[in-house]
Amino acid sequence: MINIFEVAETNDMIEKENLDVRTITLGISLLDCIDEDINKLNDNIYNKITTVAKELVKTGEDISKEFGIPIVNKRISVTPIGLIGASACKTTDDFVSIAKTLDKAAVAVGVNFIGGYSALVAKGMTPGEELLIRSIPDALASTERIMSSVVLGSTRTGLNMDGVKLMGEVIKQTAQKTKDKDSLGCTKLVVLCNAPDDNPFMAGAFHGVTEADNIINVGVSGPGVVKYALQKVRGESFEVLCETIKKTAFKVTRVGQIVAKEASKRLGIPFGIVDLSLAPTPAIGDSVADILCEIGLEHAGAPGTTAALALLNDQVKKGGVMASSYVGGLSGAFIPVSEDQGMIDAVEAGALTIEKLEAMTCVCSVGLDMIAIPGDTPDTTISGIIADELAIGMINQKTTAVRVIPVIGKGVGEHVEFGGLLGHAPIMPVNQFSCEAFVNRGGRIPAPIHSFKN
Amino acid sequence: MNKTIITVVGHDTVGIIAKVCTYLAENNINILDISQTIISGYFNMMMITDMTATKKPFGEVSDDLSAMGEEIGVIIKCQREEIFNGMHRI
Repeated sequence: MINIFEVAETNDMIEKENLDVRTITLGISLLDCIDEDINKLNDNIYNKITTVAKELVKTGEDISKEFGIPIVNKRISVTPIGLIGASACKTTDDFVSIAKTLDKAAVAVGVNFIGGYSALVAKGMTPGEELLIRSIPDALASTERIMSSVVLGSTRTGLNMDGVKLMGEVIKQTAQKTKDKDSLGCTKLVVLCNAPDDNPFMAGAFHGVTEADNIINVGVSGPGVVKYALQKVRGESFEVLCETIKKTAFKVTRVGQIVAKEASKRLGIPFGIVDLSLAPTPAIGDSVADILCEIGLEHAGAPGTTAALALLNDQVKKGGVMASSYVGGLSGAFIPVSEDQGMIDAVEAGALTIEKLEAMTCVCSVGLDMIAIPGDTPDTTISGIIADELAIGMINQKTTAVRVIPVIGKGVGEHVEFGGLLGHAPIMPVNQFSCEAFVNRGGRIPAPIHSFKN
Repeated sequence: MNKTIITVVGHDTVGIIAKVCTYLAENNINILDISQTIISGYFNMMMITDMTATKKPFGEVSDDLSAMGEEIGVIIKCQREEIFNGMHRI
């Protein structure tokens, strides 16, 4: 039988160490909503989402109360709109009307974000997908709860460099259209390589076409829990360190598994996966960077950071995999800058640069995330940053992503405040040398060879 | 069986257990096990209860106990057992 010390440990994790379930994300297929008539399509989308997700928020709140575990976000992901709108949308405004419909549906069911304003263009773009991509700046400027993602490459297809070039422009246009809010639109826009179909975390969540009609995916969190556990083994060997992380990850993930199964049962929607990610928030003590410091670094970014992050990421997976019947999504440590106070401190101390962050993304999920850069960064430089990051994913058969925010009107040394979970960030310097001729070549980078690994 | 863990944490005062037990008895909630200890200087009590027979919904019992805790200056939480078993047992 369970004992009082175990109960106290669980409750301490929740109350003092920021253990929570970060998100219950309900994936909804919109394939059966497709229609040639844009008005009919919008009606179908609104009706399906508000019917399937009607009880999502209430169910999440009920489970949270009964188990005593905070469930921070209730969210929805939908089939990439680039597919759903292809037949009905003749202009970018048609796509924006779908974004507004999604926004309205999100408000109606009470979720804070809806992901899937997306295009899967890893190898090439259909006319519909190109229209969707070009509509992103207007869509994000005229909605509040929409999250947008564009898949620009994969290990199997290589990189779509025409798409990479276009997205450099689209990111800047999105920044420009939301400049009165410190270019907030770009916090809701991510580009990916090897994107998973079942990711519950925003901004990259979409309901892939390989998925069932509806599915429940859960993302757990708990950097604070890992950090507190590691405080107790200061000075011990790597063996002890790794064992501690594994055991802690098991406990954290079990909470996600229980919540996911319970939500699935109550909503009558199949359980998909638990995403094992360590997802930080700007709250003090809820930081992945703090774990790196606890492992033995003065600041995230110091020599040893990539190795420390590699072991952390691997032990989290090893502990978490056994705790859940199905693991998926991104599953790794997130290293967003603006959403992690320890990362912000590291940047301000001069310990962490974009180049070091890029190295860190080689060993963890997901990529260059929530990085504020100067508003006058050229489009082609953003494309170059994207190409570098996606190449890491392509070659290493992992998911990588870029979510950078060129803050219009601000430069290095200034600060930007996004608010809430999105946090705040110092503007980071970007390498000033040009990659224009490289980005402007056009075409694709071929898929890599899968042998002769070096 | 519908097992629930009730925890009480705070400064020790007279009558905490009596109050909680009275409420549980009035609402037909059976106590299966009870233990208490001091952790980091705080009074900690844990009860394992069975809520199968009560007519009150879980949320209401949880709110009632939480309000009672506020009255006597302690934190009372009511949680389903699965979260603890899941976390601490393979």
